[in-house]
Amino acid sequence: MSVNAVVPAPGTPFVKRVEGLSGQKVLKCIQCGKCSAGCPAAFAMDFTPRQVMRALQLGLPSDELLGASTIWVCLFCQTCSVRCPMELDIAGVMEALRLVAIEDKHPAAQKNIALFHRLFLWGIARTGRLHEFGLGGMFNVRSRQPFLNVSHLPKMLFSRRLPVLPPWPWSKGAGEVRRIFRRVQAAQKASRGSHA
Amino acid sequence: MARIGVFICHCGSNIAGVVDIPKVMAAAKELPLVTYVDDPMYTCSETGQAAVREAIVKHGLTRVVVSACSPRMHEVTFRKALAQAGLNPYLLEMANIREQCAWVHGDDKAAATEKAIQLIAMAVAKVARHEPLTPKSVGVTKRALVIGGGIAGIQAALDLGNANIEVVLVEREPTIGGRMAQLDKTFPTLDCSSCILTPRMVEVSQHPKIRLLTYSEVKSVSGFVGNFEVEILQRARKVDMDKCTSCGICWQKCPEKVSSEFDSGMGKRSAIYIPFAQAVPSKPVIDLTHCRYIKFQEWQAAPEATRGKKPMECRICERLCPPQAVDWGQQDQVLKEKFGAIIVATGFQTFDYSVYGEYGGGKLPDVITGLQLERMLSASGPTGGVVQRPSDGAHPKTVVFLSCVGSRDDKVGRPYCSNVCCMYMAKQSILLKEHDPQVQSYVFYIDTRATGKGYEEFSRRAQEEAGTVYLRGRVSKIYQEGKKLVVMGEDSLMGRPVEIAADLVVLATGVEPAAGATELAQKLNIGYDTYGFLMEAHPKLRPVETQTDGIFVAGMAVGPKDVPAAVAHGSAAAVKAVGILSQEKLTTDPGTALVDAAKCVSCFLCEEVCPFNAVERETLRDKRVVARINESLCKGCGLCVSCCRPGAINLKGSTNQQLMAELMALKL
Repeated sequence: MSVNAVVPAPGTPFVKRVEGLSGQKVLKCIQCGKCSAGCPAAFAMDFTPRQVMRALQLGLPSDELLGASTIWVCLFCQTCSVRCPMELDIAGVMEALRLVAIEDKHPAAQKNIALFHRLFLWGIARTGRLHEFGLGGMFNVRSRQPFLNVSHLPKMLFSRRLPVLPPWPWSKGAGEVRRIFRRVQAAQKASRGSHA
Repeated sequence: MARIGVFICHCGSNIAGVVDIPKVMAAAKELPLVTYVDDPMYTCSETGQAAVREAIVKHGLTRVVVSACSPRMHEVTFRKALAQAGLNPYLLEMANIREQCAWVHGDDKAAATEKAIQLIAMAVAKVARHEPLTPKSVGVTKRALVIGGGIAGIQAALDLGNANIEVVLVEREPTIGGRMAQLDKTFPTLDCSSCILTPRMVEVSQHPKIRLLTYSEVKSVSGFVGNFEVEILQRARKVDMDKCTSCGICWQKCPEKVSSEFDSGMGKRSAIYIPFAQAVPSKPVIDLTHCRYIKFQEWQAAPEATRGKKPMECRICERLCPPQAVDWGQQDQVLKEKFGAIIVATGFQTFDYSVYGEYGGGKLPDVITGLQLERMLSASGPTGGVVQRPSDGAHPKTVVFLSCVGSRDDKVGRPYCSNVCCMYMAKQSILLKEHDPQVQSYVFYIDTRATGKGYEEFSRRAQEEAGTVYLRGRVSKIYQEGKKLVVMGEDSLMGRPVEIAADLVVLATGVEPAAGATELAQKLNIGYDTYGFLMEAHPKLRPVETQTDGIFVAGMAVGPKDVPAAVAHGSAAAVKAVGILSQEKLTTDPGTALVDAAKCVSCFLCEEVCPFNAVERETLRDKRVVARINESLCKGCGLCVSCCRPGAINLKGSTNQQLMAELMALKL
């Protein structure tokens, strides 16, 4: 056997886990590439969304996918899912891969990307909407790189693209968003309990 | 003196937009013998035709030139108009000033007008020398011959028989049923092939209008549409079909076992055999190359010095046959039959993959063909429906299919798509999963061509329900490693090489015309393409006709197609044959060649060049043998006219004199 050759292994436990979390059947994918063609973030990915689906169909080693930049670069904008001719929720598959990566503590392809995701969600959970200045600041502090992107700050501030203070009063639905987060967390805890 | 009427059509603005009609009319009036000129807006319309008819009567016209579109378009229309006005329809000439003038010279109106004038002048010169012609009529033998007893031929024979036409169905093999009989299930419905085919086979054998000649071949064909004379060679079965009761003792007791063609080499049959249990007719044949008694007879006949060890004088079948049906004295017979129409449905065979060294070249035992897997999947097949590796009989768990083996491959001279392989791979992978849920199938493909009704859904079913993994790419090599076969390919979707250790590899071998199809086509004088597939008269509009009238084609013999298409094709050919056989008389185009016996020098070059075998030899009273054209066969192509050195042959309606007059009218 040659060194680089793929040995297809359809339906590995890893693939089944991703299918279970996403509720999607990867063999349904016809590899048309419409997802990749319309993906606004595909330019920054190592695997295109179609290739991610293909890797799952072939049962490639989980390390390859969990270590791929794609799953973190994905914006979860759902353009792919809306356009998929086979009605597959590709964004859901990406989300499932992120969940598996977090659960397995698999190192992400990009430095600090998991931290960014955590901070992003934390902010939303609190205020009901995104406060970029706060997120940027927190990220720079927590990732210990205080001067990251600071050079852009004056221009952004001057052109009023980056409000320094969080919106006040906080968005009308902040309470509801918080309730949503609580419910999801409770559901996650329950499902993890049942898994164990 | 001829009185010629010229009708210059405007064709709306098609002609009048380019050609200066008044100028052309003025010029036409000056041409010799032209007594009447008119310019209808649309000559082919009912009013235009009425104008032609009225002018013929009112002005006593004896010849007509319609200068409009091509004769292919409307010659028949205007011939009818002439006939309605009481004129011989062949006293018409068309000058094509639309396709060959107005349409192609739109950028130069003056030149187009000049060209139109010249074309009309030529037509006038020619039509002045036209003679009245009368179509000949010939009788029709109301019987049809169907060559090939596969599903297409069976369908055609049944449709003809049900149309109350006497049919002879000739089949080369000892049974009808063809390739479809070898199949286990049919896509995309997975209904059992035998269950839908055998009732049709029985219907053929019991049909009062159908005579079945199995183990027979067409030896020669002569004659023409409505009156073909065919010699059919009926090979000796060495079994009296009337006495035989199909009890089966002979083929059970025969000691000589050989590889079964019907089982594609996956099983054995005896030397006296029926190919499969549901064979029609269910009477055995003795395979003369393997029968021990025949070998014994050959040994006896050979001179003593050269003959080797004395073989056993077997004759077990003869001794055990209760009704004494084995008949060693039976000889090949040649039957002479007459038919009005012939349908050719000679079918296909699968590509011989041994040219692919990279796939083992036929030497790796566990690399088999789709047809071989089909026989193993069949419950009535050699393994009773159990899939086994030929090498060790083990049950395979990992099966790899390779598509396009002998299809879409220029290197082996098969650039075409075989049409059925994608679907049969999907079917077989589903069946493998049904037989054993632990089987994992892989399909290497270039494209999945699932174009029929329910086919794409079926192909998806293979992938989503049966879990067959489709890998887009062509396998580069298969090699043995221990008990496994390593299949090397690329998944071009992932862009990575792929290797699979397989238990069994199935090559989806493509289809090619059945052996002997081209020789038969030559006997029938019908065309075939570079691969040997029979040529239809027009790929779209005349899909079952050939360039020889009265001969039709159907099924895979024409090109790759699946069962539904072959059945439809068979029915289509039958209805076209009925179109001829339902007529009392056939009229033939009088525009045929005619030999002037006085000028003929008996070189018979015409006989050699005639593509339709229309030249016959005729002995005159002075014992001179000259060429004579059979008008029923002649298509008026003119090849004999141009090759005749003494100029003895003329084409009626386009004689040498007419063509010369036409040329002389052209002013350069």
